[in-house]
Amino acid sequence: MTDTTVKLSDAAIRRRMLAEFWFYFSQNRGAVLGLIVFILLVLIAVFAGLLAPHDPTVQYRDALLVPPMWEEGGRSAYVFGTDAVGRDMLSRLIYGAQYSLFIGIVVVSIALVGGIVIGLLAGFFGGWVDTVIMRVMDVILAFPSLLLALVLVAVLGPGLTNAMIAIAIVYQPHFARLTRAAVMSEMKREYVTAARVAGAGNLRLMFKTILPNCLAPLIVQATLSFSSAVLDSAALGFLGMGAQPPAPEWGTMLAEAREFILSAWWVVTFPGIAILVSVLAINLMGDGLRDALDPKLKRS
Amino acid sequence: MVRFILSKLLYLVPTFLGITLIAFSFVRILPGDPVLLMAGERGVTPERHAELTAQLGYDKNVVLQYFDFLGRLFHGDFGNSLVTKKPVITEFLSLFPATVELGLCAIIIATLIGVPVGVLAAIKRGSWFDQVSMTTALVGFSMPIFWWGLLLIIFFSGILGWTPVSGRISLMYFFPDVTGFMLIDSLLSGQEGAFGSAVSHLILPSVVLATIPLAVIARQTRSAMLEVMGEDYVRTARAKGMPASRVIGIHALRNAMIPVVTTIGLQIGVLMAGAILTETIFSWPGIGKWMIDSISRRDYPVVQSGLLLIAGLVMVVNLLVDLTYGLINPRIRNT
Repeated sequence: MTDTTVKLSDAAIRRRMLAEFWFYFSQNRGAVLGLIVFILLVLIAVFAGLLAPHDPTVQYRDALLVPPMWEEGGRSAYVFGTDAVGRDMLSRLIYGAQYSLFIGIVVVSIALVGGIVIGLLAGFFGGWVDTVIMRVMDVILAFPSLLLALVLVAVLGPGLTNAMIAIAIVYQPHFARLTRAAVMSEMKREYVTAARVAGAGNLRLMFKTILPNCLAPLIVQATLSFSSAVLDSAALGFLGMGAQPPAPEWGTMLAEAREFILSAWWVVTFPGIAILVSVLAINLMGDGLRDALDPKLKRS
Repeated sequence: MVRFILSKLLYLVPTFLGITLIAFSFVRILPGDPVLLMAGERGVTPERHAELTAQLGYDKNVVLQYFDFLGRLFHGDFGNSLVTKKPVITEFLSLFPATVELGLCAIIIATLIGVPVGVLAAIKRGSWFDQVSMTTALVGFSMPIFWWGLLLIIFFSGILGWTPVSGRISLMYFFPDVTGFMLIDSLLSGQEGAFGSAVSHLILPSVVLATIPLAVIARQTRSAMLEVMGEDYVRTARAKGMPASRVIGIHALRNAMIPVVTTIGLQIGVLMAGAILTETIFSWPGIGKWMIDSISRRDYPVVQSGLLLIAGLVMVVNLLVDLTYGLINPRIRNT
């Protein structure tokens, strides 16, 4: 009798997992579209210096509220027109992509790391540690997120850094809860018992044995939080509590444009479209990731 | 059932204490001396400063201050506004109906459209209707509502001139506050055109506020329906030859509604966050705008108590949702 089992190397297993992931992800056309838009957004942010036709903060005093080039009175030098103090809209929108991506990355990183550590502690140790941690998370979740972020920014002082910290604090309980739930279900599995019997310490069990098996829901949540972070930071900017002028942050741009909504539609329309398109692209990706990573949905 | 309710109530105590602790510490970590801020531009002499500090209890031990704060809360004393000098609770109660009116209209719009769209999308899974409605829902879910509000103002108020830009009713009408709900008060006043004016002021803010809950409800209804329609009892009902409308209406929809009702209830937090933005854009005199104004005026007692009242409200609504959930789903009650 011949042995037909083929032993795969770790690299080969990883390649297969990736291929399987891509198979399910690519079946969702929306997700692929979202991914393409997201990659474009990253490229725009990275190459903003090369792409932007003007400096985003330079005020052209001879070109105040110039309409987009295809409108009557528009100029070819300012494709999407200029704002009330004569800054080029297109350049500000391009540089704004840097802010949005930066905010998303920072907020999600802080919330994710904090949430994972807290959730791991709660799920792994259980008992009173779990009770105390989860009650604290419940308290944070009892506040409407934007309101709590606003008040935190009022305490810390308005500005982009404080806005990001505030949003991260507000999002962190979601990650903590997800991690805790995943850890608690993984803890009952045999491989964890096996690792414990083999002499693995608590830290090794938490971070090397259990955590990698809890990542799928966290990745999906991270994507969704990324889009919410872009939205919430724009909202804070709009309310004057986020990035401060003259930063070309999309929400702040909208706040400055408010008084011109009935006279200069372009200063209001474009920043909003930029926010909507980026958030939509990330949400589409999130939907695709959930389909590809959730085994329950895979074969339905 | 009594045990279920009691356990839920008991569960709330630590959360409520946590909320009071956050609201309490907020004023203590804010930059600046609250007494100096209260004195405003007139300034304050050192003697008066010391007197006020003692009067407001800022000279006491922090732990004692917290218990004082808790004690006052239980007597319904939420402090006074630094700007208007009125009790915070009076201001809250006078502005609250405006936010409730807006929120209720929004949630009614979201439910009346969201549930049927979700059900239809699930029944016609994969059809153009499913694809268009779910794409629209995702766009709605991703919408920066402060921008959406501005766009609607540009189109409906600026270009078409159909709706007013801000406020709750035209200045032409004046009538006493009976319920605080403009729609009802305008009807009670009997003045011609008052109700129409109230509706035209309410429509755009409600649509803006309804956008995200509508998208969430439609998506949730669709997925709950799809899940239920794959269950054995639905298949059995179909196999028995029951008409499709009955299978969907009686067997599937009723069970699919359980998670949907929870989702609708949980939108209260989303609505409160949305109210801050919507009320700011439309100058709607409600709780959201009051909070934003108080934050920018550094009216700390208002921010502190407002935060507490809103969080308490969200907590109570969530509790009611939990209890309803237990009521309609016995499996939850007994675990």
